[in-house]
Amino acid sequence: MSAAYVTKSPWVVHYDGSSCNGCDIEVLACLTPMYDVERFGIINCGNPKHADVFLVTGSVNEQNKGIVKQIYDQMPEPKVVVAVGICACSGGIFKDCYNVMGGVDQVIPVDAYVPGCAARPEAIIDAVVKGLGVLQAKRDAMVAAGDAPAEAPAEEAAPEAAEEAVTEEKKTPAVPPIFTMAEIKVNTMDHLKK
Amino acid sequence: MIIKSIIGIVAFLVLGPFVGGLLAGLDRKLSAKMQRRVGPPVLQPFYDVGKLFQKEKQTPTRFQDFYVLLFVIFVIASGVLFFMGGDLLLVIFTLTIGAAFLIIAAYSSNSPYAEVGAERELLAMLAYEPMVLITVIGFYMYTGSFRVSDILAGDSMPFLPLLGIFFGWLFILTLKFRKSPFDLSMSHHAHQELVRGVTTEFVGRTMGWVEISHWYENVFLLGFVFLFFANGTALGWIIGIVVAILTYFFEVFIDNCFARMKWQFAFKSAWVIAVVLGMINLFVLYICF
Ligand code: SF4
Repeated sequence: MSAAYVTKSPWVVHYDGSSCNGCDIEVLACLTPMYDVERFGIINCGNPKHADVFLVTGSVNEQNKGIVKQIYDQMPEPKVVVAVGICACSGGIFKDCYNVMGGVDQVIPVDAYVPGCAARPEAIIDAVVKGLGVLQAKRDAMVAAGDAPAEAPAEEAAPEAAEEAVTEEKKTPAVPPIFTMAEIKVNTMDHLKK
Repeated sequence: MIIKSIIGIVAFLVLGPFVGGLLAGLDRKLSAKMQRRVGPPVLQPFYDVGKLFQKEKQTPTRFQDFYVLLFVIFVIASGVLFFMGGDLLLVIFTLTIGAAFLIIAAYSSNSPYAEVGAERELLAMLAYEPMVLITVIGFYMYTGSFRVSDILAGDSMPFLPLLGIFFGWLFILTLKFRKSPFDLSMSHHAHQELVRGVTTEFVGRTMGWVEISHWYENVFLLGFVFLFFANGTALGWIIGIVVAILTYFFEVFIDNCFARMKWQFAFKSAWVIAVVLGMINLFVLYICF
């Protein structure tokens, strides 16, 4: 592969899961003249089909897991996912809610985690810029596989790059779920019956 | 004559995308400066298109990419006809066919966002088409020929006699460049009620080609501005090129000063301008020449 254009124009699509809106405002703050992410060619394009970077704020719940998955599937390779805020990393303060499944990585593979409540704009920009390493690795894998939509090779190539790229290394949720989903449903129903 | 045509064609095909892309980059840089931002590098549009060509191939229907291909071909063809000194009527008909294929491509995707974008693009087309026709007729009434090569060789500038038409053309350029207040069908910025309008479903290299043909189209539209000043002398050429570039930055300025208007306003204002500036100018030409 010749020039590394994939890293020079990361277009972003932003989805708000069950966030409290704190992290969303920080994501938008990155676009303001104060931080001006367009310096790096980053554009908030609002269209998954044009996007390279998927910014998710807030946790995934039973209602939006399909939407998160669909946005991810609509994005053409190479693509990276950045989980913004501790809610998107692990569920955060909403972790124990009956409908919250946990971090974004419960539904789609995440390449960079931005901790913080709310995540700072600097940290978000840092994560996107670090995610570019993953983007490049995925593109290289695509080229190696003959420019095909390289689903499998991309998965293999990503982890090494992702390892050093993640803002906070975090492969499994720090705290294991207290209840399984089935138990939670049962408990909730019991509570309602009483 | 033939040599000149060939030079025109080659220059347009080779330099067109470079000039168009550079103008797009300067546009973004200037917009950023107006908003007190640093802005992207001037070469950013080239990086964007390079990136788009490195993305995975993906399409909602196999017909869409075929229509986009026809759009690209017809847009480039209209520019080629213009810069080889061809017939202005042929040029605008070719351009209209190109625009129609973009709309059909957007419809073929069956995406609601692309369809709304396509409908608005159609309305924009209806809005600017009368003024385009009046411009061409104005050139014919003044110079007695529809051919670009004859207009270029004329010995007086068509600018003053076609003053009204010139301002009418400036007005519809905003529609053709899809700049605010008339960026109805798709936006370069994150006005997101339409997602990305007509281009919503174009992925990867398809989108890359659409961008490149917009660069070609922009250069060709600025060529029209140049035509108002061309009078066969070096001075005419210089004034024409300078005014064409100034026109582009004027459009960027307008883009940054206005919010998007409703299609009703775009439609009415474009027709009123066409009737008032265009028709009166044609009438004056009819009386005086
Ligand atoms: S991490 Fe904090 S600020 Fe961000 S969405 Fe969660 S609760 Fe809100």
